[in-house]
Amino acid sequence: MTAASFLHFALTYAQLCLILAFALASWRMLKGPRAQDRVLALDTMYVDAMLLFLVIGIGNGNLFFFEAAAVIAIVGFVATASLAKFLMRGEVIE
Amino acid sequence: MNGHIETLPGWAAILIAVLLIIGASLTLLGNIGLIRFRSFYERLHAPTLGASWGTASIILSSMLMFSVLNGRLIIHEIIIGIFLLVTTPVTMMLLGRAALRRDRSRGLVITNESRDPDPDTKQP
Repeated sequence: MTAASFLHFALTYAQLCLILAFALASWRMLKGPRAQDRVLALDTMYVDAMLLFLVIGIGNGNLFFFEAAAVIAIVGFVATASLAKFLMRGEVIE
Repeated sequence: MNGHIETLPGWAAILIAVLLIIGASLTLLGNIGLIRFRSFYERLHAPTLGASWGTASIILSSMLMFSVLNGRLIIHEIIIGIFLLVTTPVTMMLLGRAALRRDRSRGLVITNESRDPDPDTKQP
């Protein structure tokens, strides 16, 4: 096994792992049982999607996937923070 | 499409592959914890593994690959790393405080044995 084929194997393995992780998080978001479980699963799904974009960018040798990953990271933080504030007080902006 | 992988030197390809495998496995472990743990306060801990060390490992491999390919230092992925390292504790703390406040307002007592009280679906 040469180094390049080992890297091909690692890329495929990483993509399969991240897709499986995304599926597990989405199952937790659909199942619940409570609202904060769903918000936590949504935050995890954002992180998984961002890592999947980074891995696809490594596989393609394309630097522009980095920008999509950065946007996903920032939007995910804002979404989770606002949803947590909504769960805490019942309103986002006090 | 994948011609850039064959141009990498061997040590860089093996190091990138090992970092990728470690990061993806840690993220998968964190999400298995999200499924398997039984109360919300245990589940809150699990995805932090993927958000911190999975991200750090995959970002290191990305930085290494593009730096070796272009022959100069490319470390702009570290922006994502610093951002996630700063924001993950904030989101986890906000979620934990929100869950505590909701549980207290429902009159639930939080102990170590309170497994998944599930008051949203249980009708008294």
